[in-house]
Amino acid sequence: MADITQDVPVTTQMPPRRSSGVLGWLRANLFSSVFNSILTLLAAALIAVAVPPIVRWTLIDAIWSAPDGHACHGGGACWAFIREKVRFILFGRYPMDQDWRQIAVVAIFLLMILAACDRRLWGRRLAVIWFVGLSAVFLLMAGGVAGLPPVETALWSGLPLTLILAVVGMLFGFPLGVLLALGRRSEMTGIYIPIPVSLDMRLHWIHVRPIRSICVAYIELVRGVPLITVLFMASLMLPLFLPTGFTIDKLVRAQVAFILFAAAYLAEVVRAGLQAIPKGQIEAADALGLSYVQRTRLIVLPQALTMVIPPLVNTFIGMFKDTSLVLIVSLFDLVGATEFALSDANWQGFAIEAYVFIAVIYWCFCFFMSRYSQLLEREFNRGKRR
Amino acid sequence: MTSEEVSLGLAPPRPAPWRDPKIRGAAYQVLFLAAVVGSIAFLIHNMLGNIGRQNIATGFGFLHKEAAFGIGESLIEYSPADTYGRAFLVGLTNTLYVAALGIVLASVLGTLMGLARLSGNWLIAKLAQIYVETFRNIPLLLQLFFWWGLLNQAAPPPRQAWQILPDVFVSNRGVSFPVPVASPVYKWVALAFVVAVLLIVPLRRWAARRQAATGRQFPTGWVGLGLIIGLPGAAFIAGGAPLALSTPALHGFNFSGGSSVSPEFTALLLGLVIYTGTFIAEIVRAGILAVNWGQSEAAMALGLRPGQRMRLVVLPQALRVIVPPLTSQYLSLTKNSSLAVAIGFPDLVSIANTTMNQTGQAVEGITMIMAVYLFISLAISSAMNLYNRAVALVER
Repeated sequence: MADITQDVPVTTQMPPRRSSGVLGWLRANLFSSVFNSILTLLAAALIAVAVPPIVRWTLIDAIWSAPDGHACHGGGACWAFIREKVRFILFGRYPMDQDWRQIAVVAIFLLMILAACDRRLWGRRLAVIWFVGLSAVFLLMAGGVAGLPPVETALWSGLPLTLILAVVGMLFGFPLGVLLALGRRSEMTGIYIPIPVSLDMRLHWIHVRPIRSICVAYIELVRGVPLITVLFMASLMLPLFLPTGFTIDKLVRAQVAFILFAAAYLAEVVRAGLQAIPKGQIEAADALGLSYVQRTRLIVLPQALTMVIPPLVNTFIGMFKDTSLVLIVSLFDLVGATEFALSDANWQGFAIEAYVFIAVIYWCFCFFMSRYSQLLEREFNRGKRR
Repeated sequence: MTSEEVSLGLAPPRPAPWRDPKIRGAAYQVLFLAAVVGSIAFLIHNMLGNIGRQNIATGFGFLHKEAAFGIGESLIEYSPADTYGRAFLVGLTNTLYVAALGIVLASVLGTLMGLARLSGNWLIAKLAQIYVETFRNIPLLLQLFFWWGLLNQAAPPPRQAWQILPDVFVSNRGVSFPVPVASPVYKWVALAFVVAVLLIVPLRRWAARRQAATGRQFPTGWVGLGLIIGLPGAAFIAGGAPLALSTPALHGFNFSGGSSVSPEFTALLLGLVIYTGTFIAEIVRAGILAVNWGQSEAAMALGLRPGQRMRLVVLPQALRVIVPPLTSQYLSLTKNSSLAVAIGFPDLVSIANTTMNQTGQAVEGITMIMAVYLFISLAISSAMNLYNRAVALVER
């Protein structure tokens, strides 16, 4: 037995690298490898090049008040332009002395959206709140009652118009979308059409389901073309399709186009929910003797729609952003009113400031809604997560 | 079986005709069809009446008439003396061009940003997140106006142009950049590139066969890369390496030499790529996160290097999740290119809009736009479906 002695001298070792503290965090998250270190340095260089000029433009060199546009051309942003035009950008051509009605409309919309986010209110109570809210919005916008001077729809503009287009489009597009989705998945017996297939004129019977085919054709047609063409159709073609002497308001035409467009997209979202319902649910409903309408209303839709609430919110965000396109058929929504404000001869060349300003408004709405949809998604998946 | 049951009287009795689901179904279907056809007929009847009263021409005869309007930029020869049909074709090529370029660039940007959001590097991940959250939540139209305003109003005239890279100038006339002087050698370089790509197919097949037979791996990736760079490079050097560049230089009030793109085109492309890139980034990120971490662990246990793990294990599974939503992003980019009409880039919709204003033939114009977009949508989705079938899970 050899002595248990160690011939090899013990080398002194460095303590392990720190993995906590500021240095440890830096090492783990920014300089974990040569490649990562290079990336970090490149990103830092990018920030160093890009951020200071942006900060200088938006804050340091910015001009906050000026009598007119000529006095406002410095090196930085001209926020005086926004101060001058903020009323016009937000409320557009709506009569100036009626601003309180516009502010009230925006406030009602915000309250309606907030109420919709509270899950305790979901159900009949929310429907009542929304019905009352929307009625109030239309009374306030149109006027003509309770001593409010009437305002024609051609003057509706700015943020209220954007909100009306998006909310009404979604609200009316949704039931239509549900019907389209149900139609697309309809199993109802169709009609048999005979077609001769061979030389001896033997008839071959093919089964067609007009309801399903028409729903599929509508959904695919609308989803296959850009929103602009649907808006063009409403503004240029629709007047041709109506009986003579029958005209529809320009705003209503755009709104109808929006509803029809939204319905096709919503139909696909709802269809995903319908497809996810286990067949057993439908069989159970049939076994209980429920009719198609009862089964759909009491069993299928409640489950299917709950499942697709997060994608529905996402569709709504898309619709909200898409309302900006009505500018092309010359309605003055938030973007349209901004373009109009930019044409003032006394204030020329402040497009960037104006676009940044309304981009912030759109961003706040969309960011809030997308965060909310993410929250819902997490809540709904709580049962499935381990 | 059924006939036996019937003869034994076991089959349920036939319901009354008005309760028979088959007859009922057929009746509802016929009623629905009649209602739809009836409304369409009513609308068309009105339209024909209105068109007759307003003396608007019908039919596609206008396509052969002289357009008499100029088009700012065009990939094919065009002058105002050409026909509406020709103008339409110009619009179509412009739409296809910007959409194709946009799809490629948005895919690259989106993939990079999606990977960056998953990066272990905190700074890179945060920057990618800021990019996605900012540009996804602002309407595309507004972004287009922003870029266009930046290039058109905020950018200086050519004399004080911003030089963002050596010989690349940004002014309110657009972006000017150097291009190689045209030379016949480039044709040979392109040909060599095609040959290299075609050579890789048999090379891969041979390498796979050899690995199956002997177990020895062949560095297909490196050899392929060598071919793709080497063959065109050899052609380039053999042709005398014509390095001459035509660089933009200020002459009078504008740049001459080099090549340039208009502010409208630049704004449209920038907007489409940056906006769609955010959605693609989210799709790529979700696709990679959808691959079970156990798959990566198993790959590491087998001794695969990180690159191999990504290429052989993670990516093929992620693509399955990525491709279907990616297809719809490509479709929406193509459809969104129609927003060009708002910033004055002569795409299909903008030219059709001018045509409709001049001829009053809205029905024909809109029908043509819709037909073209439907066809493009169909083409893109069937191409992507083919690709999807290639990457989809093959179940036994």
